[in-house]
Amino acid sequence: MTTRRTRPFAVASTALVAIALTAGCAGGGGGQAGGGAGSDPDTFTVLTPNENETLEAQLTALSENQCKAENEALPLEHQKVAQADVVQKVTLLASQGALPAHFVAGTDMVRPDGDLGASDRVLDYEELLTEAGVWDDVLPAAASTVEGAYGQMVSLPYQYNLEGIWYNTAIFDELGLEEPQTFDELLAAAGEVKDAGYQPFAQAGAAGWPLTRLMGMYIFREVGPDAMEKIRDGEAELTDEPYVAGATALADMAADGLFGDGFNSLEPDAATAAFLSGRAAMTYDGTWLLGNINDPAQNEIGAENVGFMPFPAVEGGAGTADQWAANAGAAMALDPAQAGPKVKDWIACIAENYGQQALQDAGVLSGFKVNGEVTDVPETTAAVQEKLEGVDETVLWFEALLDAKSNSLASTNVSLLTTGQMTPEQYMTELQASVDAAR
Amino acid sequence: MPRADAPARRTAASRVFGDRTAILFLLLPTLLVYVALKVVPVAWSLGLSLFEGNALRGMEFVGLDNFATFFTDDAALHALVISVVFAVVATVCQVTLGYLLALLYVFVLRRGSAFVRTAVFFPMVLPTVAVALLFRSLVGVGDNQGPVNDVINLFGGESVEFLVSTAGTMAVAVAMTLWSSMGFYAVLMYTGLLDIPEEVIESARLDGASGFRLVRHIVVPLSLPILLSSVIFSLNATLKVFDSLLALNNGGPGTSTAPLTLYMYRTAFEYAEYGYGSTIAVVLTLLCLVFTLAVFRSSSKRVED
Repeated sequence: MTTRRTRPFAVASTALVAIALTAGCAGGGGGQAGGGAGSDPDTFTVLTPNENETLEAQLTALSENQCKAENEALPLEHQKVAQADVVQKVTLLASQGALPAHFVAGTDMVRPDGDLGASDRVLDYEELLTEAGVWDDVLPAAASTVEGAYGQMVSLPYQYNLEGIWYNTAIFDELGLEEPQTFDELLAAAGEVKDAGYQPFAQAGAAGWPLTRLMGMYIFREVGPDAMEKIRDGEAELTDEPYVAGATALADMAADGLFGDGFNSLEPDAATAAFLSGRAAMTYDGTWLLGNINDPAQNEIGAENVGFMPFPAVEGGAGTADQWAANAGAAMALDPAQAGPKVKDWIACIAENYGQQALQDAGVLSGFKVNGEVTDVPETTAAVQEKLEGVDETVLWFEALLDAKSNSLASTNVSLLTTGQMTPEQYMTELQASVDAAR
Repeated sequence: MPRADAPARRTAASRVFGDRTAILFLLLPTLLVYVALKVVPVAWSLGLSLFEGNALRGMEFVGLDNFATFFTDDAALHALVISVVFAVVATVCQVTLGYLLALLYVFVLRRGSAFVRTAVFFPMVLPTVAVALLFRSLVGVGDNQGPVNDVINLFGGESVEFLVSTAGTMAVAVAMTLWSSMGFYAVLMYTGLLDIPEEVIESARLDGASGFRLVRHIVVPLSLPILLSSVIFSLNATLKVFDSLLALNNGGPGTSTAPLTLYMYRTAFEYAEYGYGSTIAVVLTLLCLVFTLAVFRSSSKRVED
């Protein structure tokens, strides 16, 4: 009875497996060819990350004012995605030929050898913007940061952030400290701050990157601005002495208690609060922090007591302190297949007006030139803008050129490094193995 | 009254269940849904595991290469160990605690157990992510010190940062799993214990069995089928643990508490390697199958007895 009853099911399921396998094989080769002259879609659809509310709001504002004509010709429509799901969503949309015209993408995907880059599914903006006569509206430093991070001009610099050390000038004055010029001076200052009962640094270890950035900057100062390009090109290994020294420097800072208690589970918001409430004297973070600094409800120490300095030089190192770390936000790519005349008009309008719009309305510093007058710029923002204009050479962040897996490993393993469960050598060996495996 | 109806009902039932067409007709809708939602994705995954790449880059047939990679991939093997260790520890603890609770309900609290049963069961209905965030706060240190460390401080100890070590994270994860699911296993096994005829227990008592001996020789053997089901339920649920470890500490510190499921998710969706991700899924499926069969085999004889 049992055998007779199960046989039809067995036959049916074998057949299903066979069908599914064939379907599975057939499903693989999908996707359409990109490149060439694009044709306009019905709407100018923009896919932005949930986490970046400013971008959506500012594009909407442009569609109602400066880019009204473009919006009437091709209405703006928004789509959202969680930052963590970007790679998954864009991969699926692209394979189905259903990409929005303008979309956020994973750093790795838009590089020349990335999934989108290799199949020409991302457009080079330089050509488009030059053709439209607005290439000058992209700040050269921002363009070079985009090209450095993505290998080609495939993202619009909706943000242009410098990264450095925000410090509490009141605490520094109280202790008679000057802005440190070298890493040793920074450590000495941190020691004095700690002895005075303040927490030297507020770093959000839960996010990983606020710790790896310190290590990365040490490495850039020690090896020089091309430190991570050497790793990418195989000219150096992370296990080489100067790279391990970066990991050692970070591990030592943690061991000396410069980050306070429980920093490994500290979330970014809590770290910002620790700095803005005056409990911590310094925090390494980006200029996106200006939003918080300019908000009196969050900033208890007062905007006038916030200073901003670059990561200092390492004595005897090849890098210098004026090589600021910079980034241009998440990659915002354009689908070449949809780059018709109306989409091009939209992009040109954004390049021309976004800089002024975002600074005026949200106090956000972008990589676009500010055309027109901006009123009531907060003091700190103006000071940072001034620094930004004076920057000649920038470096990327530590993980920028790593593949997705190594990138993730760098920030997840850093908690092991800073708690002594992994030696600096082990940390770098494991990371180098991951980099090698991705080659 | 019901007794008079029984034979008639039985004949009607056997008439329906003796008819193949009727069986097929009754089963077909459920079977179709099952096949579409369970069998097809598993088969699809099996197919994908023989390929490399993703939908965008294109898929390349690589045969069994992905499986060979799996067994030389340290991260994958570590994730496998984490999955198995977590499943075994969590299962042993939650089934034991659940069983003890069930015994408590039946033999000590008796009719008054309703409130305790509800209270212990309650965490089961909370979303795992919320529970994980709760436990994260409970063991917090530094600016957001949680009550666990407050208690440690009270007794003169120094604050412990549980989530920076593998052992600490696993301990919190197991405690969290126990808190949220032991009530479920307790209720499951409570119903099993209720099925033991009162007369059997009474006669064993008359024969002089009491306390531990009564449980050991009468209660446990008679509730073995439900105990076994609980073990299988628990193993399958804990082998597939994902959300709790992800929300608790993101599989950290490092990747030291990342189970197979989390490694699979990252491989497929963060690193866009669908083929290898599917391979990990297949290994996980096999693992669940092996565990279930092993549990069945090891005690099927005793259950039939």
